[in-house]
Amino acid sequence: MAVTGQILVLFIIIHMIGNSAIYSGGLNAYADRLHSLPLLVWIFRLVMLTMFSLHIVFGIGLYLENRKAKPDEYAIRKDMRATFASKNMVWTGLLTGVFLVYHLLHFTIQIIHPESAALSNSDASGLPDVSGMVVQSFQDAGVSAVYVFAVTALFLHLSHGIQSSFQSTGISSERTLPVIIKTGAITALVLFLGYVSIPVLIYIGLVKG
Amino acid sequence: MNLTLFIWRQKGRDTKGSLEQYEAKDISTEMSFLEMLDEVNEQLIKNNQEPIAFDHDCREGICGMCSQVINGVPHGPQQRTTVCQLHMRHFKDGDSIYIEPWRARAFPVIKDLITDRSSMDSIIQAGGYISVHTGGVPDANAVLISKENADTAMDASECIGCGACVAACPNGSAMLFTAAKITHLASLPQGQIEAARRVCIMTEAMLQNGFGNCSNHYECQAACPKGIRVSFIAKLNREFMKAHLKDSV
Repeated sequence: MAVTGQILVLFIIIHMIGNSAIYSGGLNAYADRLHSLPLLVWIFRLVMLTMFSLHIVFGIGLYLENRKAKPDEYAIRKDMRATFASKNMVWTGLLTGVFLVYHLLHFTIQIIHPESAALSNSDASGLPDVSGMVVQSFQDAGVSAVYVFAVTALFLHLSHGIQSSFQSTGISSERTLPVIIKTGAITALVLFLGYVSIPVLIYIGLVKG
Repeated sequence: MNLTLFIWRQKGRDTKGSLEQYEAKDISTEMSFLEMLDEVNEQLIKNNQEPIAFDHDCREGICGMCSQVINGVPHGPQQRTTVCQLHMRHFKDGDSIYIEPWRARAFPVIKDLITDRSSMDSIIQAGGYISVHTGGVPDANAVLISKENADTAMDASECIGCGACVAACPNGSAMLFTAAKITHLASLPQGQIEAARRVCIMTEAMLQNGFGNCSNHYECQAACPKGIRVSFIAKLNREFMKAHLKDSV
């Protein structure tokens, strides 16, 4: 659970850095360079698929086992340290998973909104127009809302998940745990802002590709 | 002061229980929480009613017997305090107080507020021991132990095995309890012989007895009357990985 989670967080960080190319206008070139290495892309995709699958299977198994271990709830329960995020990991995770399918159909396989698909539109230098596809998609309020909602779920998931993974792998200690908890939450927030800025800034018209 | 109590009443293991309302009148602020319940029971007995069954023993905060969830918090609102050491001065006249038993699959209710906590004994029996020399009594100071390790072991050994960690855990996990036992023994040279085996069989015993898994809510540390820390859980996880690495090499 923790190890697959940590690998997925690394991917999420790299993915956000890649996405930020949209601000410098280099997204099409970045996408083209990635796709010029098909073997690497496919190995990467298989690894990610394995990690996601394991993470989901372990996560659901964990949720079911834990639910079984606590069959009755208290009439009154006061949380002292548990948070909304820590108690809803399975739901924020599943939401992220469902979103991932939508996201892949949208920007990778490109069968949602085919009119803006980069596969069928080229930019001025003849490269597939990924940037145009993203901008056109996020000008739609519905599409932007889906992304903002999904990234919020991911934020909640990571705000607990990052620090939790360090505790589960035994990396934390008395001295480092408070730092890890804070760093985990800040990392989740930075990733949230990084991801959410793209649909938001495009929708309000500040980024035009 | 006068209080309204909502107390879990359950006749036996296989019967359904419910919260019943009681009035506690003329309660002194000097009383402990258990003495307050003793008063309520006196009244119930006088009125020919069944007294409330609850666990207690030393009433000095060190035996780990008292086990009540008070207003949604194991051992009540006072941090690092067992129910027997919780005093009525922490409540106000007219307060409503909800009293429930520990809740977890591994702790079935026997009667009212008493739960069967022998599942924790099973974890101890599985690996909570060390190898010792037979024969003459060894010199107490023959084995040198660093101050840091001795302190860690002493901190971990403060666990009184009350089960508040399990009661507080949204997953009904006994990770903090098990981690305290593992850390206690693994920090000392005497505990090294069984260290790898111990962490594997104690975590296995935890699963076998119906406890859940740790997902790092840290409710356990907040509820622990002895201040056992979640850093011991990280230590358990390290010991667990070390044991499996050793196994596979």
